[in-house]
Amino acid sequence: MPETRRGATPPRIEPMAADAPLTGFRTLLYKEVLRFWKVAFQTVAAPVLNALLFLLIFSHVLDRHVTVYGDVAYTSFLVPGLVMMSVLQNAFANSSSSLIQSKITGNIIFVLLPPLSYREFYAAYVIAATLRGLFVGAAVLLVAMPFVELSMASPLWVLAFAVMGGAILGSFGVIAGIWADKFDQLAAFQNFLILPLTMLSGVFYSIHSLPHFWQDVSHFNPFFFMIDGFRHGFFGQSDTSPWLSLAVVSGCFVLLAALTLALLARGYKLRS
Amino acid sequence: MTVPAIRVSAVTKQYGTLKALGGVDLEIGQGEFFGLLGPNGAGKTTLISALAGLVRPDGGSLEIMGHDVVRDYRNARRNLGVVPQELVFDPFFSVRELLRIQSGYFGIRGNDDWIDEILASLDLTHKADANMRMLSGGMKRRVLVAQALVHRPPVIVLDEPTAGVDVELRQGLWQFVRKLNRDGHTIVLTTHYLEEAETLCGRIAMLKAGKVVALDTTENLLHRFATHSLRVSVDRAEAAVALGGMAVEDGWVEFAFEGYDKLEALLARLREAGAGLREIQLGEPDLERVFVEVMHRA
Repeated sequence: MPETRRGATPPRIEPMAADAPLTGFRTLLYKEVLRFWKVAFQTVAAPVLNALLFLLIFSHVLDRHVTVYGDVAYTSFLVPGLVMMSVLQNAFANSSSSLIQSKITGNIIFVLLPPLSYREFYAAYVIAATLRGLFVGAAVLLVAMPFVELSMASPLWVLAFAVMGGAILGSFGVIAGIWADKFDQLAAFQNFLILPLTMLSGVFYSIHSLPHFWQDVSHFNPFFFMIDGFRHGFFGQSDTSPWLSLAVVSGCFVLLAALTLALLARGYKLRS
Repeated sequence: MTVPAIRVSAVTKQYGTLKALGGVDLEIGQGEFFGLLGPNGAGKTTLISALAGLVRPDGGSLEIMGHDVVRDYRNARRNLGVVPQELVFDPFFSVRELLRIQSGYFGIRGNDDWIDEILASLDLTHKADANMRMLSGGMKRRVLVAQALVHRPPVIVLDEPTAGVDVELRQGLWQFVRKLNRDGHTIVLTTHYLEEAETLCGRIAMLKAGKVVALDTTENLLHRFATHSLRVSVDRAEAAVALGGMAVEDGWVEFAFEGYDKLEALLARLREAGAGLREIQLGEPDLERVFVEVMHRA
């Protein structure tokens, strides 16, 4: 008879005790940050270079022809927009690409098997996405500073809108990453939704330079409020009240977070 | 009373028109080495996925060490380690990083002593700092086993762990899993290699179309269902075939019979038919025959 077929009472095995209630969440957050940091050339350096190319081209073409808010040089006006655009695009890219890669390669199972709640899952992915957005945004700002005259009138507004914008796009990324079954679908999400909303949000212009109709349309784009509020932190003036922007951005975040959490609670496309 | 390692009660799962699980009841005791067998599409992986919380059953309940996998999922998952069927890995990390991260997901930090022990047992110590992409398929398979063990779960599920694995690794893996079972871990194994299941498992459940069609100790299954085989080399194969035998190769005919008391009568009938007996071979019942028989009857 093989040795494993036995009737003796086996010793009882206890699983290892957990250290602290949030260790699982902290580990997932750490892993998500480490994931983009390990390929920082692609995830940080490349977006910084992109933003600088925009700055170089637009400032060369427009700096001597356009001023905004009375006496603000166009290049100075442009930098906060580019910084915020980098925050938003990279926050989205982080959570969406991490999730779709894990789904396609199958290693998402390592996150689904442990005793992590859907709230921990959401928080870890969104915070990691926000951190990448902030990191890239800060890098763009640092690299651009020597070339422009720029100061922060109100750093708290800057920080508030950067964090909220990163969290919104991080949530968007979670939804896109869970929904998409192929990279192709994710690219469609990015190219047909995120990119137009960003480009048409006032990154490169003040909406006061637009005809009335397009000014009104811009007010339906939540990205406009993220960028306008963020810019207010630098210049102390903006196209619309920063409080209104904060209310719109906060409302968007709450709605999107609720939607993402509801999908995760149902196990949508993750737990069949 | 000791709680069972796994309790599955009336579990159902439907995918569109496909009934993946049609009311499965199963209880696996602590310390068992249990085999879950069935043809492709029988529901084995769905059942394992339901235990692991990857699939949500439509009805019924599942418990790991007394913890409901839905209501008390944190404790249920802490008690369970799953080695998945597919060779999946995270290409961003080294083996040690991956194991530390996996430990952390289970709420455990600073368990490098246990990680070192697992790495040594699976002969992975020299690859601890290698990136996952640099490992061979066999090594990746061992890392999957290590990942399932980082939180030292009492119940370990191995879903086809030796599919496409070379003989040496297979032997090493079974040695290690046997040791885990001796140490008290409950092992649940699905495999298409029925010889492995016969050698390793004390009890076996067979699934077909989402239902348990046989559940017993391996010995009982072998006795209850299996028939012995008699292979004879004869001068006149057609005479032996006329008695119910099956021609298997040149001059050889195979008979199935239940119990050795029937053997003498069978040999006498062959003599009377003038088959011209030259050589005989007796075959013991094996799990493969049991499996075929059970699937045929179900």
